[in-house]
Amino acid sequence: MTYARRAWIVLWKDVVTERRSKETLNALFFFALLLLFVFQFTLGGDRERLGAALPGLLWLGFILSGILGLGRTFLAERENDCLEGLLLSPGDKSAIYLGKVAGNVALMLTVEAMLLALFALFFNVDVAGALPPLAGVMVLGTVGFAAIGTLFAAMTAHVRARELLFPVLLLPVQVPILLACVKATEAVLLGEPLSAVAHWLKLLAAADVIFVVAGVLTFDAILEG
Amino acid sequence: MTRGLGWVAAVLLMGGLLMAFGVAPREVTQGNVQRIMYLHVPSVWVAYLAFVVVFVASIAYLANRSGAADRLAHASAEVGVIFTGLTIATGAIWGKPTWGTWWTWDARLTSVAVLFVIYLGYLLLRGMIEDPERGARYAAVLGIVGALDMPLIHFSVYWWRTLHQPPSLLKPGSATMPPIILAALLVNFVAFSVLYVYFVAKRVRLLRREQEAFA
Amino acid sequence: MTTETAIRVSGLRKAYAGHLVLDDVTLEVQAGEAVALLGANGAGKTTLLKILGTLVRPTRGEPRVAGLHCVRDAEAVRRLVGVLGHGNFVYEDLTAFENLKFWTVLGGHRVDAGALRAALAQVDLDRFADERVRTFSAGMKRRLALARFVLSRPRVLLLDEPFASLDRRAGKWLDDYLHAFKAGGGAILMSTHSFGRGLGVADRAAILAGGRIALDTPVAGLGADDVRRLYDLHAEDGA
Repeated sequence: MTYARRAWIVLWKDVVTERRSKETLNALFFFALLLLFVFQFTLGGDRERLGAALPGLLWLGFILSGILGLGRTFLAERENDCLEGLLLSPGDKSAIYLGKVAGNVALMLTVEAMLLALFALFFNVDVAGALPPLAGVMVLGTVGFAAIGTLFAAMTAHVRARELLFPVLLLPVQVPILLACVKATEAVLLGEPLSAVAHWLKLLAAADVIFVVAGVLTFDAILEG
Repeated sequence: MTRGLGWVAAVLLMGGLLMAFGVAPREVTQGNVQRIMYLHVPSVWVAYLAFVVVFVASIAYLANRSGAADRLAHASAEVGVIFTGLTIATGAIWGKPTWGTWWTWDARLTSVAVLFVIYLGYLLLRGMIEDPERGARYAAVLGIVGALDMPLIHFSVYWWRTLHQPPSLLKPGSATMPPIILAALLVNFVAFSVLYVYFVAKRVRLLRREQEAFA
Repeated sequence: MTTETAIRVSGLRKAYAGHLVLDDVTLEVQAGEAVALLGANGAGKTTLLKILGTLVRPTRGEPRVAGLHCVRDAEAVRRLVGVLGHGNFVYEDLTAFENLKFWTVLGGHRVDAGALRAALAQVDLDRFADERVRTFSAGMKRRLALARFVLSRPRVLLLDEPFASLDRRAGKWLDDYLHAFKAGGGAILMSTHSFGRGLGVADRAAILAGGRIALDTPVAGLGADDVRRLYDLHAEDGA
């Protein structure tokens, strides 16, 4: 199906570009490392306090790296009029959106996995047992975040103060996802089964569907002249 | 017609305020400060109404690119932000003597605060894009996303924390309040709604004049 | 291909906030014809090309390509036109081959490695097919941009100052390419500041000034100096 092929080729291009330049992933890895130090310096010492704050810190780290990573998603397109080129190529523009979102989800999950590993290492936290349900929460949260993040990144690509406007627009809209993810992560890290936080997971799933559909329907209007 | 609307709004508002501060009975535990509920609750209602209107107008704009839909969305967002601010302010005024603090992270106030920031962002976006046609398009997308977010925000924040009274007005069947309080509340609801329509109408007209001056 | 006029605009108007760029533009280009669009900076040449290329919506008027409306039938128009702007639509970190593969698949065409390399050969880039575009010169990037058209086969070319930043050899190459395109029945509308090279392939010159087509004349028999005189006469006043 042509639509799927077109979404795939956008994903392919982003992966090849990133693999070659390694700019984003390397920078985000160092950023994650730095965050760890910042958290330790600002909150450290008291192991119990750190342990209690862990779900929040984890998602704080995910969100901050996500904002940096997503903010760059249309950077290559801003060169050489490629953004216009995307608009000019015939066919449903939402395929481009889905390809971009897929790439961003992959990128964010990679960074999140790195951050989780660093957290476990540096703060001596045992997450091995909770890994499968935690991964589930991370995927659900990341899809919603990337869906709106990609849309807003395209929106702010043309604005001069995009580094400021992008997080200002993105963060309040992500509040439900953030709350759900932190609460679910809290429960999972305490060893509770996923069924205990079923309502949060349903909220995340609903948010994911709503945001992706909204993106698919409105990306065209963002890409236009 | 707008002027007539303005007079109606003014009269209703005066009546509503009279009922709220004069006629309605003094609340037993909270005292007179509870009267601010008559302003706070209708404010929230109007804020949500305003953002639903932004939602519908934004969809209409993306569908047929009509300037009128865009102006309606813009005006409604501005008025919505004002009433949201009013909600937060009256909530704080109510909260200080009642719960001892200006701000509590309770469900309704937090939800409203998040919406406040989202629609401030809407106005910020419009201000930062020079090309008005592009600004209208982007704002429409943001207006749609923001409105779709409203139920998500409502539920997530509510589950996260609750300190507020449970919503007694919207319970199906029984109204747990004595009729006089209900009446005062209703009058203020209508007054605020008419005020909303009046403000939006004036703002839309002003926006149209601005655009005509440039075209 | 229908017998519709390749490009037809009538009564075209474009206003940005408080600023009228195009007032009442009327222009036609037939299949197999090339029209050079001249005008001062800011006269609206790029805007006109963008409207025809479906990148921008006009405030009023009927822009049509092969009878199709540029706004209502935008997707159909996109299948027919090839656009070249100041940028070249190339991703610097991909190779020439990868760039071509990307744009071809995105355009909905089936990709065949052999066909891609043949297309690159047609624009003399086959030796550089696996080099990253970052190492390319301006002329090479422009040729890569045109390589896309080998596979997408547009019927109309909308070019914004295509000869800018091209050296003599690349400019000659482009000139030959445009002649061949015209001979194949394609229509060309291109903006240019260069009276010498740009006008070589043009059948007519249209001067855009004051938001309108101030002059629309065949160039047969006119030398570069004649055109310059006409330009000085029409282009810089009234704006």
